[in-house]
Amino acid sequence: MKILAFAEQREGKFKKTAFEVTKAAREIAEKLNAELVTLVVGSGIEQMSAELGGFGATRVVVVDDPRLMYYSTTAYTKIVAEVAKKENVSVIFFPASQLGKDLAPRVSVKLDAGVAADCVSLKVENGEIVAARPIFAGKVISEVKILSDFKIFTLRPNVFTAGSSNGSRANVEKVSVELDKADFAAKAVETKVAVSRPDVTEASIIVSGGRGMKAPENFKLIEGLADVLGAGVGASRAVVDSNWRPHDEQVGQTGKTVAPNLYIACGISGAIQHLAGMSSSKCIVAINKDKDAPIFQVADYGIVADAIETLPLLTQEIKDLLSK
Amino acid sequence: MKIVVCVNHVPDTEARIKIGADGKGIDKSGITYILNPYDEIAVEQGLRLKEKFGGEVIAISLGGESNKETLRKTLAMGADKAILLKDESDRDSFSVAKALSDNLKEINSDIILFGKQSIDFDNSQLPGLVAEMLNLPSVSVVVKLEIENNQVVCEREIEGGHEKVESRLPVVLSVQKGLCEPRYPSLKGIMAAKTKLIEEKPVISNSKKVEIVSLRLPASKGTGKIVGTEPTAAKELVRLLHEEAKII
Ligand SMILES: Cc1cc2nc3c(=O)[nH]c(=O)nc-3n(C[C@H](O)[C@H](O)[C@H](O)COP(=O)(O)OP(=O)(O)OC[C@H]3O[C@@H](n4cnc5c(N)ncnc54)[C@H](O)[C@@H]3O)c2cc1C
Ligand SMILES: Nc1ncnc2c1ncn2[C@@H]1O[C@H](COP(=O)(O)O)[C@@H](O)[C@H]1O
Repeated sequence: MKILAFAEQREGKFKKTAFEVTKAAREIAEKLNAELVTLVVGSGIEQMSAELGGFGATRVVVVDDPRLMYYSTTAYTKIVAEVAKKENVSVIFFPASQLGKDLAPRVSVKLDAGVAADCVSLKVENGEIVAARPIFAGKVISEVKILSDFKIFTLRPNVFTAGSSNGSRANVEKVSVELDKADFAAKAVETKVAVSRPDVTEASIIVSGGRGMKAPENFKLIEGLADVLGAGVGASRAVVDSNWRPHDEQVGQTGKTVAPNLYIACGISGAIQHLAGMSSSKCIVAINKDKDAPIFQVADYGIVADAIETLPLLTQEIKDLLSK
Repeated sequence: MKIVVCVNHVPDTEARIKIGADGKGIDKSGITYILNPYDEIAVEQGLRLKEKFGGEVIAISLGGESNKETLRKTLAMGADKAILLKDESDRDSFSVAKALSDNLKEINSDIILFGKQSIDFDNSQLPGLVAEMLNLPSVSVVVKLEIENNQVVCEREIEGGHEKVESRLPVVLSVQKGLCEPRYPSLKGIMAAKTKLIEEKPVISNSKKVEIVSLRLPASKGTGKIVGTEPTAAKELVRLLHEEAKII
């Protein structure tokens, strides 16, 4: 048996999920006594790929082509499916990132595989992989098994821990997949990424604000705390709908699902649709004036007070701590 | 322009989900169903394309009799035609996609719109599955869309920003919040929708590739600690996060 791990990179840098997926795939490979091969696709990526050895990769296959500088759904689909066939693997792990979620279903059709999407844990039972995946935005956890011979799993970012590299280097093999113009029927031509703060789906800490912040300008308090912590900024739908914050910050059932180590909710009531997107955070802090706000039912630590008065003190305390 | 919008009928976001007696499905009693919120955006986008380029908007949904409510809503918003692929059985994404694409093959549309995700099983799989089955290009989580001379230029959401993607037509798109604001059906629209016919088609094959072993509720946390009732409690909070939770 052979397993393929897809290690995502963007513009010549590995995403954290590349290490998470490699490590999780290595653990499963061990339990199943399977061989592991890791795949990297992109442009100018051959050099960096040995680094995956530090997270459990031994053999890395790279498809390195200048036309793959940006993501192309159609070209990537062909590459992954061809490598999977050539390598004779029967299981693929992708990250459940925007790229992985886009790619996995397309690849699954080429390989006639079932997909367990957005998994938060994996186990092996009687030689079979059983995956847990949240449904109804985390209100329920579903355990699933894939029935087809070929199986694909996408793993939710930030949930599987990669730890730090053990310093090993993997063997890197360059392979080529023939691509013509038709393979780039849909193709990214440019990326616009704000480098200032991590995205909520990738951040290990999120500072999030709701209508209790009272006015859009008060979000500079949220941003100030976020920057001290190196955190991402989140928002409730109420403030996104009021145009106080951009919609890509919205956390919740119709926003983003997040699972950071620390989620700090300021002036957020904790409506069921909001909780749906963040209740699997490892530690939740709530600052709210109303002691009966539902957010306190999921919070690990709460302060019942005005968030606008509390945030400057909290930011200062953390600054003091970090400078020690 | 021939525009198809695929829509799903899902439990309301407020719904408290209970696990059914068999432990593998949910207890559907007492749940209100709605047009999947992302699909509402897809319908709106479809109507705007029709308003700009002319043509028709066809809504299609696979599911039971009750999916007609959702199709009715798309008609009330302004869709020209609705098709129900009637099937009450439990399906996985692959088998829904197979049934949809078999039907979509015959429609020959210029653009197929999806929501980015159903808010019930949160799979985000159908747009990619259908696109690959129909051998069409696709762009997912679209937040900006322009079409000119058969060329599609979109922005899709990626971590921390956006990616500008170009594609040819016909194309499959899955839409994300922020693309456009769905309209409310007008009274006239609602009345007109009542008299429009919803075409029904049977679906036969169902070959699942993913099986639910069991459902469970997430482990609930013990109730947390109220650190204080004054802003100055910030100091104690930081101490707890540092020493007890060991997070910062
Ligand atoms: C189909 C649908 C989908 C939805 N999807 C989402 C979603 O994805 N994400 C989401 O967030 N919501 C979603 N909602 C909306 C959700 O129901 C709530 O309306 C929303 O989350 C409320 O936002 P809020 O907590 O910021 O505002 P409010 O509910 O108005 O709460 C404000 C809170 O701030 C507190 N407060 C006021 N002043 C202060 C102060 N000075 N200091 C501290 N606290 C203060 C108040 O006590 C209150 O608890 C959805 C709703 C629907 C119908
Ligand atoms: N039963 C269905 N019938 C028609 N379209 C559907 C159905 N289920 C899902 N879709 C469409 O596929 C999108 C993604 O759904 P999913 O892959 O289930 O998360 C939805 O937003 C809908 O546009």
